[in-house]
Amino acid sequence: MTSVLETMIPAPTLEWMELSPLIVLLVAASLGILLEAFVPRASRYVVQSGLAAIAIVAALGLTIANWIDLTPKVAAMGMLALDGPAYVFWAMLLIFGLGGVALFAERALGLGQSAFAASAASVPGSPIEREAEREGREHTEVFPLLLFALFGMMIFAATNNLLVLFVAVEIFSLPLYLLTGMARRRRLLSQEAALKYFLLGSLASAIMLYGVAMLYGYSGGLELARIDAAILASAGSHWLLLGGMLLTSVGLLFKIGAVPFHAWSPDAYMGAPTPVTGFMAVATKTAAVAALLRVFYVALGGLAWDWQLLFAVVAVMTMLLGSTVALAQNDMKRLLAYSSIAHAGFLLVGVVGAVQAGDNVNLSSVAAVAFYLLTYGIATLGAFAIVMMVRRSGGEANSLDAWKGLGKRNPLIAALMTLFLLSFAGIPLTAGFVGKLTVFASAWAGGYGWLVLVAVVMSVIAAFFYLKVVVAMWFSDADDETVGTVETPSLWTWSVLVVSAAATLVLGLIPGGVLSLIADAAQFIR
Amino acid sequence: MNPEGYLVLSAILFAIGIAGFLLRRNAIIAFMSIELMLNATNLAFVGFANYHGNLDGLIAAFFVMVVAAAEVVVGLAIIVAVYRARRSASVDDANLMKF
Repeated sequence: MTSVLETMIPAPTLEWMELSPLIVLLVAASLGILLEAFVPRASRYVVQSGLAAIAIVAALGLTIANWIDLTPKVAAMGMLALDGPAYVFWAMLLIFGLGGVALFAERALGLGQSAFAASAASVPGSPIEREAEREGREHTEVFPLLLFALFGMMIFAATNNLLVLFVAVEIFSLPLYLLTGMARRRRLLSQEAALKYFLLGSLASAIMLYGVAMLYGYSGGLELARIDAAILASAGSHWLLLGGMLLTSVGLLFKIGAVPFHAWSPDAYMGAPTPVTGFMAVATKTAAVAALLRVFYVALGGLAWDWQLLFAVVAVMTMLLGSTVALAQNDMKRLLAYSSIAHAGFLLVGVVGAVQAGDNVNLSSVAAVAFYLLTYGIATLGAFAIVMMVRRSGGEANSLDAWKGLGKRNPLIAALMTLFLLSFAGIPLTAGFVGKLTVFASAWAGGYGWLVLVAVVMSVIAAFFYLKVVVAMWFSDADDETVGTVETPSLWTWSVLVVSAAATLVLGLIPGGVLSLIADAAQFIR
Repeated sequence: MNPEGYLVLSAILFAIGIAGFLLRRNAIIAFMSIELMLNATNLAFVGFANYHGNLDGLIAAFFVMVVAAAEVVVGLAIIVAVYRARRSASVDDANLMKF
């Protein structure tokens, strides 16, 4: 009996060392759930945040160790592709995850409470909620949820199989839907954001799954290489292939936040607790762009003529909408949400290029996009850390009016925010400038000169609304009715701020080392 | 066996799912429509598996069922939380944030 089973269903062989970062995160997340049952409430926050931080640092160490003796291989029975880009994106995701843990763990702001609801299941304004508030309860499940999300994102970035793509998108989305609805203040807003994010997110993944089914029908397999081979042999119905490509791109573009699938992001960003917004804005985008690159470069590379034009049009719409609508925003989190939509457009400009490093090209598109994500990610984490600090009567003061005159009240924080905003805008000497340069060069080398011209114009428009905030901080006078004060955070947030600011400057002034590190590892395995 | 009939049925079910999501106002019904879309996809997977004569599609269908179940858990938790706070599960009432 066993022999029959073994021949029919062979036991999988797993590359334990290469998969160890994933295993560490999953074990730590499960352990975190267990700890909820055993650790007394008073010490839970410290234990959980420490466990999450240690797990991520350990996973980062293992990732770097594997990266150093890198042999690109298809691991876990063909399910994951552990190649250069996978390690680049894993390292970035883990760094962003560590920043996320630091922001989650911040409890010095706002009367010594975390940013998460005392009891997320209670009805806002109910006696149960008041009792939970009085007892000083806190949801420490947020750390395991973050680890689960990070685990899913890492699988998503390294997927070599379309079914794994779908499973991973759900693994990281489900914790994020929950985290979105757990804000301590403005809970109705937060729950509404979770509802919208959840409904639209599951719609997008269902559409993506139908695309996966069509690609399976076209090629007879779910592995990326199998689909590539089927396209080269031009077997099967072309309509099935095109339909599959379009529907799969819907799910991926949704997670990136590209127009016309962007509608969720301003609401989800605004309603979610700010630490979650920061983590979500950075890590989701990184994972989704990594998966988009992999699916479209590896599996659908033979269709590049079709999807390059599609993504070019989407990129123009995304940059246009993101930069113009942001001008009209008066809420910092919403403004940063539209800014992240505009950045999704710039990232797609890099994706459209689809060039390999070669004679005339210094940097492949994968490396350019990865570097752009890094510059965007560090500045975004820093910006949201500052959004957490500007407060009024206990809660965050997100309206732009509260930020007026910040430069006079707290020059250091205003200067750091200005640095991040200038990096977003792509002003020289900041990381954002080098990032924009690399993605524009990638699109230019790929023969999309017109797209680069449009993108340059758009980045000028986008600079307007960043400057609007800078002007408000330095050149407007505060109004006593709305003024927000900068509260002093704990060491957690300070470390995020210092690291992001230093990285933004270093990557802007001397990007060479990191660029060559990423460029050396930017070859997808097929 | 001719797989086309199954694929046409799956496409119809998927279209009904999208239409239901876009047209119905109740969050639970909208969510049910998404489940319908996932099940339509399962039908497509199984149809294609039969056509290609391999197991990949069948196994995919199992994974989709598991994921759909996990999605129900999270989704209903969110919908119930919103319903208890607002006494309404209509997606039109969730309008505190616009543009």
